Amino acid sequence: MTTTAPAAVTAPLPEDDEEQRPTRKRRGAWKDSAAAWAMLSPNLLVFGLFLLLPLLATFWLSLYSSSGFGPREFIGFENYSELFGDDTFWRATLNTGVYALLTVPVSLVLGLGVALAINRPMRGRGLLRGIYYVPYVISGVVIAVAGRWVFNENVGVVNRLLRGAGLDGVPWQSDGVGAMASLVLISVWTKIGFCMVVYLAGLQSIPTEYLEAAQMDGAGRWTRLRHVIVPLLKPTTVFLVVLGVIESFQVFDIVYVLTGGGPGNATEMLVTYAYAEGFDARRQGYAATIGVVTYLLIAVLTALWWRRQKATEADQ
Amino acid sequence: MLFPLYWMVVTAFSGQGSLTSGPLRWFPENPTLDGFRRAFELLPFGSFFVNSLAIALVAMALSVTLNLMAGYVLAKYRFRGRQAVFVVIVSTLMIPVQVVMVPQFQLVAGLGWIDSYWAVIVPRAAEAFGIFLCRQFMLAIPDEILEAARMDGAGHLRVFWSVVLPMCRPLIAVLVILTFMYRWNEFAWPLIVLNDQQLFTVPIGLAFLQGEYGTDYPALMGMALLSTLPVLVVFALFQKQFVEGVARSGLR
Repeated sequence: MTTTAPAAVTAPLPEDDEEQRPTRKRRGAWKDSAAAWAMLSPNLLVFGLFLLLPLLATFWLSLYSSSGFGPREFIGFENYSELFGDDTFWRATLNTGVYALLTVPVSLVLGLGVALAINRPMRGRGLLRGIYYVPYVISGVVIAVAGRWVFNENVGVVNRLLRGAGLDGVPWQSDGVGAMASLVLISVWTKIGFCMVVYLAGLQSIPTEYLEAAQMDGAGRWTRLRHVIVPLLKPTTVFLVVLGVIESFQVFDIVYVLTGGGPGNATEMLVTYAYAEGFDARRQGYAATIGVVTYLLIAVLTALWWRRQKATEADQ
Repeated sequence: MLFPLYWMVVTAFSGQGSLTSGPLRWFPENPTLDGFRRAFELLPFGSFFVNSLAIALVAMALSVTLNLMAGYVLAKYRFRGRQAVFVVIVSTLMIPVQVVMVPQFQLVAGLGWIDSYWAVIVPRAAEAFGIFLCRQFMLAIPDEILEAARMDGAGHLRVFWSVVLPMCRPLIAVLVILTFMYRWNEFAWPLIVLNDQQLFTVPIGLAFLQGEYGTDYPALMGMALLSTLPVLVVFALFQKQFVEGVARSGLR
């Protein structure tokens, strides 16, 4: 959540709106173009210099062995073959996938639930909405610092409550499954509010006549939810899924501070591994290689989603 | 939902010893500000706050301005290459910071910006998500209004400033909240480009406090709570327009 791109994504790109606008063939058309490029140029400069150029450089650097000091050495695809046999890399890939598979659906369902619950005139609605949103606006570092305290194995409040109830405390820090569980729980906690706000916006775009008509036909709450609300919210859901998956690939702060990727490599993620290789181990070429593979994974996922999106549109 | 925050408050106002021994207490027994005091003694959090605030405010002003202009152009101008520019910008959304951080770092180092505010601010000034939001929002502004302003002799910037921007209040609220929040909370990038402790931002300071003085929970929680206040204030100020802005930006 502290990454550059709030990691949202291309909700289905709206169709171009050429037809809708009045044709505007004026003599000053080229002046319009010039003005357009002039207003775009600061952005394009920053994008080009600080994003596109580094992206290309990442591909290039992945072919080198470089410590950041002294000359770099061209080694072809050696980084890639090393990565292929690197257990930590595979573990980080698996962890990233597991993390996405656990956090995304749960935060979506809970977010929708909350949105449905407060999408009606009621007292304190704004306050409730604000409360759910608060965890989302707090920095990953604060969340993780608090998480370490709340989930402390010996003196943390969660384990003290569990033991007070006569249960065993959970090894949140010494056991891999426990560490992943605490990471997922905390992440879901931060994401519910965002899903809720976006779902609220979606719910408000559903014409009330639809729901009234369904009600007239004798549809109960559950039927209306299943057959009217959920299908109409599909674009919202797709948007949140893509966003959530991409965010999962970028999860850094919480992991870095909460578990440091441990115990062992139990919570190592692709980006924390890339950071550790690039800036702790100072193997910049290898870090770039992890970056390239992460990027390709995200690109493939996005492309798959895009194709499905197109296919669904074609069906309708 | 609020329990972890409540527990942070309880911890922050508790004495150091009372948390880890004896029975679980739901209220601090003898509320004290010692935790906050210790945090400020251990690390110069005063200057961390100044750094964070300076970076977040300048970065926010810069990003919001650039995003509004780019979004306006992409929504309301027709020119060759428009679609291509939009696709390239949106496709950068999926690049995680960590993918490009090594070359970014080298570039920023090459510019001699390491250990300066600019290293944190400038590379983050172009933000695809913000541009995307702006474009979506501004598509809904009727062309006729812009045409009319043109007829009256308003230039490009004049139309943007006096006609478009006043119609974009909810959008600006969303952008202000989000960019301030992202810049204030950002961790990985400042961690990479700021080495001088005098220049640390609050999140880096917190991570340090946690690493070096990890068992002083009242100090940690006190500082963690203080560090969330600016974001909550910004959020509270603009909250009313936030949901409307999200809804009208086509995020649904």
